[in-house]
Amino acid sequence: MTFAIVQDFLAAFEFIFQARESRAGTVQVGGLEEFAFLTGNHLLLSGIAVAVAVAIAVPIGAYLGHIGRFQFLAVSISNVGRAVPVLALIAFFIAFVGVGFTNVALVLVLLAIPPILTNAYVGTAQADRDTVDSARGMGLTERQRLTRIELPLALPTIFGGIRTSAVNVVATATIAPYANVETLGQPIINFNVYGGTGQLAAAIVVATITLAVDAGLGGVQRLVTPKGLKLAAQPAGGRRSLLARLPFTPRRKVQPS
Amino acid sequence: MIVASLFAQAPQVPEGFFTQRDPDDLSCVAENGFCPGWIVENFERYVDPFFEHVYLVAVSVAIGFAIAFCLGLLAHRQRWLTGPLIGATAALYTIPSIALFLLLLPITGRGNTTAIIALVAYTQLIIFRNMVNGLRNVPADAVDAAAGMGLTPTQTLLRVEVPMALPEILAGLRIAASTTVGLATLAFFAGAGGLGAQIDAQINFKSNVVVAGGLAVVLAAALDLLVLGMQRALMPWRRAAPA
Repeated sequence: MTFAIVQDFLAAFEFIFQARESRAGTVQVGGLEEFAFLTGNHLLLSGIAVAVAVAIAVPIGAYLGHIGRFQFLAVSISNVGRAVPVLALIAFFIAFVGVGFTNVALVLVLLAIPPILTNAYVGTAQADRDTVDSARGMGLTERQRLTRIELPLALPTIFGGIRTSAVNVVATATIAPYANVETLGQPIINFNVYGGTGQLAAAIVVATITLAVDAGLGGVQRLVTPKGLKLAAQPAGGRRSLLARLPFTPRRKVQPS
Repeated sequence: MIVASLFAQAPQVPEGFFTQRDPDDLSCVAENGFCPGWIVENFERYVDPFFEHVYLVAVSVAIGFAIAFCLGLLAHRQRWLTGPLIGATAALYTIPSIALFLLLLPITGRGNTTAIIALVAYTQLIIFRNMVNGLRNVPADAVDAAAGMGLTPTQTLLRVEVPMALPEILAGLRIAASTTVGLATLAFFAGAGGLGAQIDAQINFKSNVVVAGGLAVVLAAALDLLVLGMQRALMPWRRAAPA
C-alpha cells in the first residue's frame, strides 16, 4: 500500500524529466522540454494577468483609500469575488465570449483585481493619521501626501494583496486548457493522453511553482516594507505578513472601555 | 470525467435533445444559445449534483470548523502555537486546490473522502485566524471581571471569551463556507461529483454553464445568509459583524 503510493509519486517525478509514449501510444508526452514549455506559458499568462490587475486596481484602490470614500464597495468586492467559483467563471467565458489567450487572461484579471483593490484601499485608508496630519502640516499637497506618505506606508498591505492574487491566478491558470491555452493544466485536463502519472506530475509542478511564487512575493513584501514600519512592528515579528495574506476582513474594533 | 476533445467538437448535443418536442427549444439548443425552455425541461438533472455539492460543503465546513475551533482554543492557551499554526495552515491554503486533489489521489483514492480532506484543509486558515483574532480582541476588562467573579480559566473561556469572540468566529465561518462552495466546484478532479462535474461535462453549452454556475453562486449566497441568521439567533443583542 505505502509502497504503491511511493511508486506513484516516483513515476510522476520521472514523468517530469523523461518523455514517454502517451496512453494511446501515438505521441511522446511529458519530459523536461514539455514541462518547461508549459511552465513558461503558465507563468507568462499569470504574469500578464497580475500585471494588468495591478495597473488597474492599485491606482483605483489607493485613490479611493486616499479620499476615504466608497469603503463598502472597495471591501465587499473581495467578498463577492470569493463567492463566484472560478470554474464557473471560466466556463461562462468559454461559452459566451470564446476561447483563447486573451479571454483567459481577462478572466484571470477579473479574479486578481478584488484582493489588490481591497488591500490598496485598506492600506491607504489606514495609513497612520498622525503621520498624514504632520505631512499636511508640513505643507505637502494632496498628491504628495498620497505618493510620499500614504502609498509607502500602504506598500506592505498592497503587496499582500498582490501576493494573494498572484497565488490565486497561478492556481487558476491550471484550468486554462479548457479554453485552449496550454498551461500546466494540460496534463491534468487531458487525462486520456497523459494518464494518471501525467496528472500527478503536473499537480506536483503546479503546487511547487505556486509555493515558490508565494515565497518569492513574500520576500518582495518584506523588502518593500519601509524601515520605519518594520521598527514599529518589531514586537509582532513576522506575524504581520502572515496575517495579511488573505483578502482583508474588516474587523469590529472592540474598544477597551 | 475529463473530456479532452470537448472543445474540438462544440457544441455538444445534450442529453434529452432528441426527446424534446418544442421546435424552438431544439433550434435553440442546436445553436448553443441560452435556452430557458431547455433549462425548465432538464432542471431535474441538476438536482443530484446540487445536493452532492451541498453535502461536500456541509461536511467539509463542519469538520473544518470543529478542527479549527479546537486548534483556536489550543492556541489561545498556548500562545506560542499561534505563529506555527498560522504558518502551517497558510502553507496548506497556498497549495492550489486542483493540485491538492490530485496529490491526494494516490493516497486516499478517488471519491468524496479525498475531496473532503482537501476542502477541510482549506477551511483551516480562515476559521483559525478569525478565531485567534476574535479571542485576542476580547476586552481585558471583561476577562478580569470574570476572574474577579471567581470563574475558572475554562469557565472564563467558555462563558466570556468565546461568546464575545463569536461575531468574528462566525464571520470566519461565513468566509469559509462561501470559499468552500467555490473550491468544491473543482472536486470532480478528486472523483467527487457536485456542480463542478456538471459544468465540466458540457463546458461549451451555455445553458448548462449558466445553470450549474448559477446554482453554485446561489448556494454560496444561501450559506452566507444561513450563517448570518445563525449569528442573529445566537446574539440577538448585537448586530452581526460584517464578513
